[in-house]
Amino acid sequence: MTTAEATPQTERQLERVTIRFAGDSGDGMQLTGTQFTRNAAFYGNDISTFPDYPAEIRAPAGSLPGVSGFQLSFSSTEIHTPGDSPDVLIAMNPAALKTNLGDLPPGGALVVNEDAFTNQNLQKVGYASNPLTDGSLKQWNLFPVPISTLNSRALEGIGLTNKQVDLTKNFFALGLMFWLYERSMDGTLKWIDEKFSKRPEIAEGNRRALKAGYNFGETTEIFHERYIVPPAKLKPGTYRNITGNEATALGFVAASQLAGRTLFYGSYPITPASDILHQLAGYKNFGVRTFQAEDEIAAIGAAIGAAYGGAMGMTGTSGPGIALKSEALGLAIMVELPLVVIDVQRAGPSTGMPTKTEQADLLQVMFGRNSDSPLAIVAPATPGECFGIAIEAWRLALKYMTPVVYMSDAFLGTGAEPWPIPNVDDLPSIAVTNRTDASGFYPYLRDETTLARPWAVPGTPGLEHRIGGLEKADILGNVSYDPDNHDRMQRLRQAKIAGIASDIPPLDVYGPAEGDLLILGWGSSYGAIRSAVERLQGEGKSVAHAHLRYLNPFPANTEAVVRAYKRVLIPELNLGQLVMLIRARFLVDAIGYNKVRGKPFRIAEIENEAMRILGEIKKGKQ
Amino acid sequence: MTVETNGNGAKGKETNGNGAAATAVTELPVLTRKDFVSDQEVRWCPGCGDYSILAQTQKVMPDFGYPKENIVFISGIGCSGRLPYYMNTYGFHTIHGRAPAIATGLKATRQDLMVWVITGDGDALSIGGNHLIHTLRRNVDLRIIMFNNRIYGLTKGQASPTSELGKVTKSTPYGTVDFPISPLAIALAAEASFIARSVDTHTEHLQQTLQRAGAFVEVLQNCNIFNDGAHREFTDREVREDRTLQLEHGKPMIFGKDRDKGIRLNGHSPEIVTIGQDGITEADILVHDETDPLISFMLAHIYWPEFPVPVGVIRRIVKPTHDEMLVAQLDEATAARGKGDLKKLLNSGETWSVKAS
Repeated sequence: MTTAEATPQTERQLERVTIRFAGDSGDGMQLTGTQFTRNAAFYGNDISTFPDYPAEIRAPAGSLPGVSGFQLSFSSTEIHTPGDSPDVLIAMNPAALKTNLGDLPPGGALVVNEDAFTNQNLQKVGYASNPLTDGSLKQWNLFPVPISTLNSRALEGIGLTNKQVDLTKNFFALGLMFWLYERSMDGTLKWIDEKFSKRPEIAEGNRRALKAGYNFGETTEIFHERYIVPPAKLKPGTYRNITGNEATALGFVAASQLAGRTLFYGSYPITPASDILHQLAGYKNFGVRTFQAEDEIAAIGAAIGAAYGGAMGMTGTSGPGIALKSEALGLAIMVELPLVVIDVQRAGPSTGMPTKTEQADLLQVMFGRNSDSPLAIVAPATPGECFGIAIEAWRLALKYMTPVVYMSDAFLGTGAEPWPIPNVDDLPSIAVTNRTDASGFYPYLRDETTLARPWAVPGTPGLEHRIGGLEKADILGNVSYDPDNHDRMQRLRQAKIAGIASDIPPLDVYGPAEGDLLILGWGSSYGAIRSAVERLQGEGKSVAHAHLRYLNPFPANTEAVVRAYKRVLIPELNLGQLVMLIRARFLVDAIGYNKVRGKPFRIAEIENEAMRILGEIKKGKQ
Repeated sequence: MTVETNGNGAKGKETNGNGAAATAVTELPVLTRKDFVSDQEVRWCPGCGDYSILAQTQKVMPDFGYPKENIVFISGIGCSGRLPYYMNTYGFHTIHGRAPAIATGLKATRQDLMVWVITGDGDALSIGGNHLIHTLRRNVDLRIIMFNNRIYGLTKGQASPTSELGKVTKSTPYGTVDFPISPLAIALAAEASFIARSVDTHTEHLQQTLQRAGAFVEVLQNCNIFNDGAHREFTDREVREDRTLQLEHGKPMIFGKDRDKGIRLNGHSPEIVTIGQDGITEADILVHDETDPLISFMLAHIYWPEFPVPVGVIRRIVKPTHDEMLVAQLDEATAARGKGDLKKLLNSGETWSVKAS
């Protein structure tokens, strides 16, 4: 460590630590969390993060709705979730304490900025007395630190306003945490230099704040121990820290390169999907054309127009936007053009809780259109996996000439993990060719294997033809009201999507191929389910985990997998959507485990439910 | 007549990354109207104004000098929406109101195409009003042709956003209580680069207007089944010259069978004057200027019966198109940063290595 000598306090090695930074949304908690995450990732820990922020840009200062939090877990072993509950809670004000304390287990470390516990702030959130002094925090390990006072003292004389000084206090907290976990400040100091290169006084303020926090830990003896979380044994390779939304954007740029076609992204700003638009808008030298449309419908409309012209037309949104895009999705299904639609799900219905996570759009995406209108659905399970599934979405869209919905969610999109950067040369080609031969051309003459119709784009001589939302005659593509034809076309569209099952990997099972309990999941619940299953298997239980990346069609072996266990448990952040599909398709008595609190599953929740079912199975045997 | 393409119909540009063959502009076969007639039977009601619009559209197509495979017709829903089926070009009959949005995506990725949008008063101004406004304000290089029959025809006779106040229709048996919208005023509010009006039955005028067509053209069209005589009061042959104002850039706004009536500005307000009366001469008559915003505003707002109905090009200005600016940004970024390298992109930002232990 370059910044400080070893201290007399004792050191303890830990396998895993979970920290939650919580403060006012103006307190910079997201930045603080991100900086600690970078540090841990660089250090070689496995990490997982969970930013939890309010929808309001700046709710009234010090109010309960204004609390912003960032939880990160860093570990010397492989981890799948940002941790069920924090080991350390940093609360920058009474509101942050009040909203987060319930998650801190008894005995957990509680670091608070005691300067913020003024009568006014306490009253604002309904504390009748000061919890720091009234004894109500006895069951926790309380460390009151006058962060604001110490921080302003450290920044004296550099010419910043009181407000500017106050804005740096998050770095004091960060510095303190760096000290507590024996982390180098170098990376963050470098980041400060770069970020504020044009504002040297702000840079100096942040540097001082960070060091002051660190030195406070060093010189005072309020913490008796420091903790070391050694690097994890990750697979060899080059890594970067990545959020789901970042990996999604990169995956789609890669898909465009692998297909050799222009990527067109039409989108309308919506939380939590906007980051993908922001990111893609920066890739202009990759030929990516972004279009901020006037509304959700125009966004998908323009994507369909781009697809009609031979580009990779794509749109991205969240649940309410999917609702608006439904009619146009139907058009894309009818005209059988490739299209990828991103749904970064959030808690609903209606506007719901835009910044909070949920997995409740599955049935909307599956069925939310007029008539039978099948499309393919894929869903990544981890932030890093978003990259590969994005490419896979395009592989299917191009090969089968179909819309594909790519289902992410707020937790997956904003959560981060270390990502082993793939070797570009190992990525699959997903290129397809346009129809150019005029002889024997018919707009709806299908490929015998995939049932895809030809992609005949404007500009191709001799292939002039008309398509549209009206039912088309099989092969010829002219408007048709013939009953037999409609029946045939409905079945063909269905068969085309169903046929994808033979072109996707089988559902992989982690654990015994048959046994007592299968936990089946999809999407961002992967981490919590996998961790729970690891624990249960460690206790010798007959439990397996399977996680669907393909929701429509299901992998070909799905029925065989769900039939191989005495019970199937399906945890979902909705009121029972995948479980409905599985029960309907396979007549298997799967059990739903459902939670809709705007928050991801905890490992313990799934573990407890699994134990309950295992107990039932045992009882049944006796 | 010179063929104009609104200053933005980039012809025969090489296409990038859409898998489409690059179209080099070489010797083009000479095309005729018949080359643009598709094999589909036309199914509008006999006597519908759409027949004339289709015929004039087919007639002017060869004038643009585009190979027919580079011409695309995109429509929404309504009687007008059927037009692409009858054009032997590429065609896309989309969904209600969304044709401008779909055309925007096509044009944004395929500068080499000449894209027409065919729409109606319900399609463009009611369900698709938002798309129309934003497509026009972006100056997407499209030719939007809006058939205005002041009624919903395909759904069999409900009031449309251009139906006159008090209009009795199936959906408004006691008359509408909605004030009608002015299509040209909407286009003007969106700062459309080209705004014109023509009439289905004025075939020669319609041809000339389509030849010059840019961003937005309103075609007054008769629905002989649900709104017969929609525009008869000023479009019928016997009254046409007295009740319409045929605009020509740089020419005084004179109208009437005897070419003796004109529009004069009295302060900010237009008034009808008679040449030869009260000392009025041709020099007093307002001269049309397609680039003058105040004249465009005035022309977009005067209508029968207070005034003759202006037909012709109301406004035409030159400004960069959406696709031009979009592509320019790509070129600039590529010039500044080099062509994107996926390997570099994936390995950008802060990375670290984990060695095999």
